[in-house]
Amino acid sequence: MSKQRIIVVGNGMVGHKFIDTIIGNEQSEFEVITFSEESRLAYDRVQLSYFFSGKTADDLALTDAAYYQENGIKFVLNDKVVELDFENKNVITASGRIESYDKLVLATGSFPFVPPIPGNDQEHCHVYRTIDDLEDITKSGDSSKTGVVIGGGLLGLEAGNALVNLGVETHIVEFAPRLMAVQLDDGGGALLKRKIEELGVQVHTEKATTEIVAGETSRYRMNFADGTFLETDMIIFSAGIRPQDELARLSGIPIGERGGIVINNHCQTGVDDVYAIGECALWDNFIFGLVAPGYQMAKVAAAHIHGDAETTFTGADMSTKLKLLGVDVASIGEVHGQTPGAQSYTYHDEIEQVYKRLIVSADGTKMVGAVLVGDVDAYGTLLQLKLNDMKLPANPSVLILPSSGGEEAAGMGVDALPDTAAICSCFDVSKGDIKNAVAAGCCSMGELKASTKAATGCGGCSALAKQVLDSELASLGFEVKKDICEHFAYSRQELTDIIRVKKIKTFSALLSECGSGLGCEICKPAVGSILASYWNAYVLEDAHVGLQDTNDNYLGNMQKDGTYSVVPRIPGGEVTPDGLIVIGQVAKEFNLYTKITGGARVDLFGAQLHELPAIWKKLVDAGFETGHAYGKSLRTVKACVGNTWCRYGVKNSIGFAIDLENRYKGLRSPHKVKFGVSGCTRECAEAQGKDFGLIATDGGWNLYFGGNGGMRPRHGDLFASDLTDQQLRTYVDRIYMFYIRTADRLQRTSVWLENLEGGIEYLRDVIINDSLNINAELEAEMENNIENYQCEWKTTIESPEKLKRFKHFINSKEEDTGLAFKVIRGQRFPLAKEIEITELV
Amino acid sequence: MDITSTNTSWTNICAANDLTPDAGICALFNEQQVAIFLCQQNNSVYAVANFDPFGGANVLSRGIIGSTQDITYVASPLYKQRFNLVTGECLDSDEHQLKTFNVRIENEQVQLKEAS
Repeated sequence: MSKQRIIVVGNGMVGHKFIDTIIGNEQSEFEVITFSEESRLAYDRVQLSYFFSGKTADDLALTDAAYYQENGIKFVLNDKVVELDFENKNVITASGRIESYDKLVLATGSFPFVPPIPGNDQEHCHVYRTIDDLEDITKSGDSSKTGVVIGGGLLGLEAGNALVNLGVETHIVEFAPRLMAVQLDDGGGALLKRKIEELGVQVHTEKATTEIVAGETSRYRMNFADGTFLETDMIIFSAGIRPQDELARLSGIPIGERGGIVINNHCQTGVDDVYAIGECALWDNFIFGLVAPGYQMAKVAAAHIHGDAETTFTGADMSTKLKLLGVDVASIGEVHGQTPGAQSYTYHDEIEQVYKRLIVSADGTKMVGAVLVGDVDAYGTLLQLKLNDMKLPANPSVLILPSSGGEEAAGMGVDALPDTAAICSCFDVSKGDIKNAVAAGCCSMGELKASTKAATGCGGCSALAKQVLDSELASLGFEVKKDICEHFAYSRQELTDIIRVKKIKTFSALLSECGSGLGCEICKPAVGSILASYWNAYVLEDAHVGLQDTNDNYLGNMQKDGTYSVVPRIPGGEVTPDGLIVIGQVAKEFNLYTKITGGARVDLFGAQLHELPAIWKKLVDAGFETGHAYGKSLRTVKACVGNTWCRYGVKNSIGFAIDLENRYKGLRSPHKVKFGVSGCTRECAEAQGKDFGLIATDGGWNLYFGGNGGMRPRHGDLFASDLTDQQLRTYVDRIYMFYIRTADRLQRTSVWLENLEGGIEYLRDVIINDSLNINAELEAEMENNIENYQCEWKTTIESPEKLKRFKHFINSKEEDTGLAFKVIRGQRFPLAKEIEITELV
Repeated sequence: MDITSTNTSWTNICAANDLTPDAGICALFNEQQVAIFLCQQNNSVYAVANFDPFGGANVLSRGIIGSTQDITYVASPLYKQRFNLVTGECLDSDEHQLKTFNVRIENEQVQLKEAS
């Protein structure tokens, strides 16, 4: 029998979810074709606003062409389905393409509602729905001083955030008397408005726009029904969504009175073999404008097509928790007083700006709804109480009152939750699912995410998921092993403490103190790095030689043929013409392949062991130092020229970069560390992509921490703003040393930061407020390191004993005969060996 | 060259103090590259071929010495495969095995001999 053919119209989040579900794990019995009128495959619309904080279309993508191709899914982009022929079971596209189906799934989503205001279709008037919309908004932002969002709902506030990010003066205009009218009550809406206004966003409620005309001081003027007006250069309409049901309507599928494709509990429409899911579907006279219910519908439809009539859609919880313009907001259940006899508890702290309202049933035993603004810590507990219809504690007010010193937060604790409790609603992961995953061997959030997908959607449940995970691990008597390897039953941080406290100076002393065996390629370099970062001794002391990876041992990066690269330090990328000439002469004399690196240095490749000392002698004589390109240590400090040359420069970034590079050079750390220093907010040095990023502003330096490029690029988090030179140096000293002391082996600053309990706020507390009382120690250790700096190459070429190691044979002057080169583009490259290394991991 | 004599007699390579404790050096012996390791902790000397069959380069003398259970090994500096220093077996793959050599320290001299 030939495969059943399924056509999915629309490739948004829900359409993609359906496809992902229907193909399942095993060999698919279906042939799937999906159509999208957009130019991209499904992407994460929930995270759309991250587009403005630097995420790209690729970051937001939920899938890619390769995944679809691997799974045999055909996809057609940029071609809208315009006609459905139920008699012959065909769909017809705008380009005239005809495809037949056995089952048809409509996942056409919604479109933004644009109020019928005269003048709403002019240039610089936008909606907020697709990546293309966001690109258009960005373009308008470039030529605008002021921007208005029409609509103060959830999406409207996100659009407002986008305008703030674009640097335009932002206004939000709302027809209702409060913000987020659907989710919040008056008290919550009022506090949200106050908080947002403090951030410089102006909120205008109870304003009905009557027309958009040419402005006097700005591009446009919006006239309101009450006779007032507002001038603006651009407008974003975010006044709600409407189901995209046009195709269904034209084809004669039953539609609700106010729009939406009518579906039953199996997501079937009124036409045989046609399903509708997501925001285009109308269930029980209700459109669900959130992604989680859409995902549930996708699963229900897929199950039904698989022949499972048990799984049904029976409505969804519309609770939400999110951060809007930096303000935490959450809403659970019913909050508008529609439940007869309901009573409420309200906690309102005007000083700390926290509003919490808990609505309970007439008899006070069950929860009806809740509104939280400013502090949403109680969300997880309250949501579970509501979803599981649990009995409230005797005094429900403890659920929203702040916990007083020392007492445990007044939550119910995750242990009280039933196994059926939904923890992650994006991926429908229950507490029972997490328990099973832990029983099957999951020991960390990373593993839990990989095996259950929990907390990988909106991320709102990650704290709760972690609690369940920890509680499960604890109840199974697990102790999470962090041993570095079989020779030491300690983590890198514990070894660091032992070395520091017991003042251990060599690997063998450490091994006899607390280890076993001979050590290995994992613990030896790690311990070598710790010893170097505490005592900053010369890495080629006899006692340390055996610890180093070959790169550290021969002070160069080993290349695939066993030769080394030579990278002199060029602080800040600043080099004199004479210096550059010396590098060129050395490269020419030793026939080294020469390349400029991304870190503003010159890499020389192909140096043989016996050539290294002679090469470095010439470089050191010319004033160069080792660049430590071989070490887990400070690498480059990338900088622009700053206010020395640049017309826009605010501070002397190049001078400061050179100072920093000289301050931290040679410092060994758990992984490599890079800096970027930009002289103004144009950010030409790409500082936010570095471990430490410094950006000059009129008020001082902004310090970013935890960025990196590589396999998983990440922008640094803003640690502090408007710092003086001295403050900046002090903070960097402390953070750098704190990282060296506590990070795991080969853990970059980004991962360290992400794993730090409490994240960047905790780090601020330690570094700025000295909450651990260790700053004096951290600074002293850093000072000690800086004083003990030596150029390893200078020390090496001055020691005949050390130089003995720099030849290929201990008993012969011959060179390695295994080397062979070919010349490409005028330079030497290693000749590829006829050796397969593909079987390796 | 007299093959029988090289197979049965020891050849002086270098002075014992030319070896670096807990690290390797490379020697030229019978036109072969030999990696020699001095492991101070268990007071032993080892000799295996210097050619890394996975990376295809003469680099094993520059690897790190390690142990797992009772096996002493060298980890290649290129792609980190581990080779048993006594038998030459690779611990991570049965694809390749290293040739081993007899080695000893006699009268402050490091000496090599073909394995019989």
